[in-house]
Amino acid sequence: VTEPALQPVIVGAGPAGVRAAQALVAHGLRPVLIDEAGRAGGQIYRRPPANFQRSPKTLYGFEAPRATAVHAALEAVQDRIDYRPDSLVWNAQGGLLDVLHGPTRTTHSVPYRQLIVATGATDRVLPVPGWTLPGVYTLGGAQVALKFQGCAIGTRVVFMGTGPLLYLVAYQYARAGVDVAAVLDTARLADQFAAVPAMLSQPAVFLKGVYYVAWLRAHGVALHGGVRPLRVLGDAHVSAVSWHDGTGERTLECNAVGFGYALRSETQLADLLGCRFAFAPLHRAHLPERDRAGRSSVPGVYLAGDGAGIMGADAAEWAGERAALALLADHGIEVDPARAQALERRLDKLSGFRRGLERAFPFPQDWAAHAPDELVVCRCENITAGELRDTVRACGADEMNRLKALSRVGMGRCQGRMCGVAAAEILAHATGQPVQQVGRLRGQAPIKPIPIQLASAPAQGVGT
Amino acid sequence: MKQSLKTDVAIVGGGIVGASAALALRHMGLQVVLLERDLCGSRSSGVNYGGVRRQGRPISQLPLAQRAHRIWGRLPELIGTDGEYLRSGHFKIARSEVDLAALEHYREQSRDFDLGIELLSGQRLRERCPWLGGRAVGGSLCAEDGQANPRLVSPAFARAAQRAGAQIFERTPLDEVAHDGQLFTLRSGNALEVRAPVMLNCAGAWAGAIASQFGEAVPLQSGHPAMAVTEPLPHFMDWSLGVEGGGVYCRQVARGNLVLGGGAGVALDADRARSGRDAIAALAVQAIELLPALRHASFIRTWSGTEGYLPDRQPVLGPSQTTPGLIHGFGFAGAGFQIGPAVGEVLAELARDGRSSTPIEAFAIERFQSAAVPATAH
Repeated sequence: VTEPALQPVIVGAGPAGVRAAQALVAHGLRPVLIDEAGRAGGQIYRRPPANFQRSPKTLYGFEAPRATAVHAALEAVQDRIDYRPDSLVWNAQGGLLDVLHGPTRTTHSVPYRQLIVATGATDRVLPVPGWTLPGVYTLGGAQVALKFQGCAIGTRVVFMGTGPLLYLVAYQYARAGVDVAAVLDTARLADQFAAVPAMLSQPAVFLKGVYYVAWLRAHGVALHGGVRPLRVLGDAHVSAVSWHDGTGERTLECNAVGFGYALRSETQLADLLGCRFAFAPLHRAHLPERDRAGRSSVPGVYLAGDGAGIMGADAAEWAGERAALALLADHGIEVDPARAQALERRLDKLSGFRRGLERAFPFPQDWAAHAPDELVVCRCENITAGELRDTVRACGADEMNRLKALSRVGMGRCQGRMCGVAAAEILAHATGQPVQQVGRLRGQAPIKPIPIQLASAPAQGVGT
Repeated sequence: MKQSLKTDVAIVGGGIVGASAALALRHMGLQVVLLERDLCGSRSSGVNYGGVRRQGRPISQLPLAQRAHRIWGRLPELIGTDGEYLRSGHFKIARSEVDLAALEHYREQSRDFDLGIELLSGQRLRERCPWLGGRAVGGSLCAEDGQANPRLVSPAFARAAQRAGAQIFERTPLDEVAHDGQLFTLRSGNALEVRAPVMLNCAGAWAGAIASQFGEAVPLQSGHPAMAVTEPLPHFMDWSLGVEGGGVYCRQVARGNLVLGGGAGVALDADRARSGRDAIAALAVQAIELLPALRHASFIRTWSGTEGYLPDRQPVLGPSQTTPGLIHGFGFAGAGFQIGPAVGEVLAELARDGRSSTPIEAFAIERFQSAAVPATAH
């Protein structure tokens, strides 16, 4: 079945990448599957080290069947794919991916003719004064600590921000026996009520959310809506959090904070591949364009999962399979059109729910207006909101790459992956432009830092 | 036409050359309009290595370089920022006795310019720079050369020119230019029309089209330096480093990052380029050889730019041979940052007086007349 023109590579072994690999194998192909993690599953279904003993139910809760299914899907095809864990794609150039293999500290090039980019997401961070204190984590980071290592970020934890992850992580922590001091949501209860009709299109998912909230309430966890986080307090470590509740300032003692505002897509690889981007208002982000099947603007490059717009793990599984079917069909391999249509219908149906989520947990549009000048926006380079505003005033910067060049924001180890969202909000507010007008940071290799010494290891192709 | 302007001098290109010409012209009291298709100082002027170096330049460039050296010395007063400019010293490394002899020869050749070059080798070299890799046998130190942050300096020249009264139009590409014997008419879409008796061609790697249109095509080619930067490291090195015969160059910025360059990047299209994997790999090997401590560091970012190169690696600087009022200043072969401010002053003198107080004969466009490719119809 395999024709020489087909040489598919999948980047990312989360739900999208695994389902894509499964679909390609089912049609007789042997894809390369490259994953930064040591074990497949992505962030959402991240697996603990092999010698850990906790059950899937403990690790993933309601998601245990799905997590187990994704893990099993990978295991079922593992001997029919070229699976490369612990491998970071750090560059793409001329039909080759540059891949850093962590354990051996070598880098090599992997050729591809077709590529499915399933690079996933990280937390969307809107910083609050004090967020660089030890003891402050993103929601995703807090969850990974629990899921991957069985560790809690503290013994008395406040979770804040907004998004479905806020309540899920709080629930998981409380279930694990951690004292969850409070959940502080910037969304109002009214937002959540208004979103109910749209969210009922996915009743099971909706009910899980309702359940987490009800469970937390029933177990005495304080839930506050409509808050505005003010600061994380502490000298050498977190000691308390303060927020504005609409009437006044409140403070609560804790020794750890998990915060985040939903997720943001990891788009650097799509950018290096030359994919065309457009601003997506629902996601409040510039994203690589994809058609309903996952085709990007670059022939042979397909996009699946949260890396091209946050739609969640279920959608990622469907989009991964759909992209694989598109790849196959585009190269003359017969696929089941009914299956492709069914996947597209599911994805379409989810978009109403996705809009509902945005209504239930709206992006705090006034964040930049309230961000004080002394707030550190870029923690790598220690650049404050005030410095960004000064740069706008003094130099007339009105675009993200210009702001970066003049202020150093996004010039550190994270290359804007953590601070880019917040910097764009500050820039848009300071210049009086809508956020889509300020553009996005250009992708530049390496996608994540690469040790200099191994940047020179010999090249290596597929199968070697 | 939305806006129509008449001015004394029209400048095409808002890099360090065009922007410093605009500033110098304003200091002379002339009216200036500058067209920049992107943002001033956002291309090669803003993304270059940041070396501010006279040492190693062709002797014919040293008068310009010396003039520039004096300008750099009063940068804050001129453009309102020091742009992280430091006279930190520039050290050119010899990896063999032959290299060392070449550096010695350069010191002799440049003696008239009093660059203050000092040769170091043996024990003194090891004492001065214990961090240097074993292959270095010596080198040539120019203590008054240094480095600056191009991301800050080049845009600051444009802002200073603007404050001084130059009309600067960013995101305004030159779509069309004509000359009627007296005046140039420059157009950018339907947004802007500028008429001026003098036009400065400071369009960098993209200047060839203007020269061609006016019947003096030059063999200008684009080059793309491969650049990379490490995460911040504890400060250990003041000097900006180069290597005799070319190869890697490196400096440590105040923040602690090491900025490295060497080899060629990859063009994505006529306007954009990146460091390529081969160049990054080669750079890594050379960087560790030069500075062994870097074997523990990481690259956090790579980049490139688009620079104009002529075959002799000398710029074109001087009046057009075909069109009165047209003055060229481009093709700095990746080495325009230090001399840029002096080139701007020279262009301003040429615009006002028709001659320059600094010798520029070596850079005349007519040196390509016999070898030039035929002018293409526009």
